[in-house]
Amino acid sequence: MSIEPTTLPVRSGEDVVKVRQAVRTLAMDLGFSLVDQTKVITAASELARNTLTYGGGGEVRIERLNEGARRHGLRLTFEDRGPGISNIDLALTDGFTTGNGLGLGLNGARKLSHEFDIWSQPGVGTRVTITRWK
Amino acid sequence: MDRVPILRLGDCLLVTVQVDMHDELAMALQDDLTNKIVATKARGVLIDISALEMVDSFIGRMLGNIAAMSRILDARTVVVGMQPAVAITLVELGLSLPGIRTALNVDAGLALLRRMLDTSGEGVHVD
Repeated sequence: MSIEPTTLPVRSGEDVVKVRQAVRTLAMDLGFSLVDQTKVITAASELARNTLTYGGGGEVRIERLNEGARRHGLRLTFEDRGPGISNIDLALTDGFTTGNGLGLGLNGARKLSHEFDIWSQPGVGTRVTITRWK
Repeated sequence: MDRVPILRLGDCLLVTVQVDMHDELAMALQDDLTNKIVATKARGVLIDISALEMVDSFIGRMLGNIAAMSRILDARTVVVGMQPAVAITLVELGLSLPGIRTALNVDAGLALLRRMLDTSGEGVHVD
């Protein structure tokens, strides 16, 4: 079950900062440790930048997850209608980039998350979902 | 546009990053620092990131670029004050900041810079 999802635009560098801040607020509210907060903020930053740089902008949905009384988590869904990714395995390889970054963003976000899901179709867009449990 | 202030401290430049930098601000800092190294003939650059709550691959790349560019301009760079949670996250992300010298705080960073500059003055190659 999830409550109070928020959707934020990812259309500028300042939006990326706002996404980080929103994720930080929710992670703190969920009682994440400082290290876990940092991991999920960093993953959010990587994915938000990908949405902006490669997807041409899009949005992120930020959700709080409650599974029973004890298991709490945070789910982020980044979505764009950009060119899409033709080879997802390659895009997930450390060091691979079609831009001028380090090629660590997508796989880095995966490493920093407990669950990772990517959907992409060339010409349609890309959707990346990550979940981090407390 | 906002700018990250660069302070002059003898023959060194001190940058204290105090805001959550967006990418354009990070790029501007890279440019500003490079220009300032040349303008002031600085030998060392100290970047204090103790207020940064995260370093992602973009900021990591910027730090690496600054270190590389200042090296070419005959200056040394030391990054100081990284929070433990940031260091843990960076390593898990797969970013080990190669080529970047670090120290725990500004004092230790200045001492390290001083040693690096003294040694390089004798023609010994550091890094």
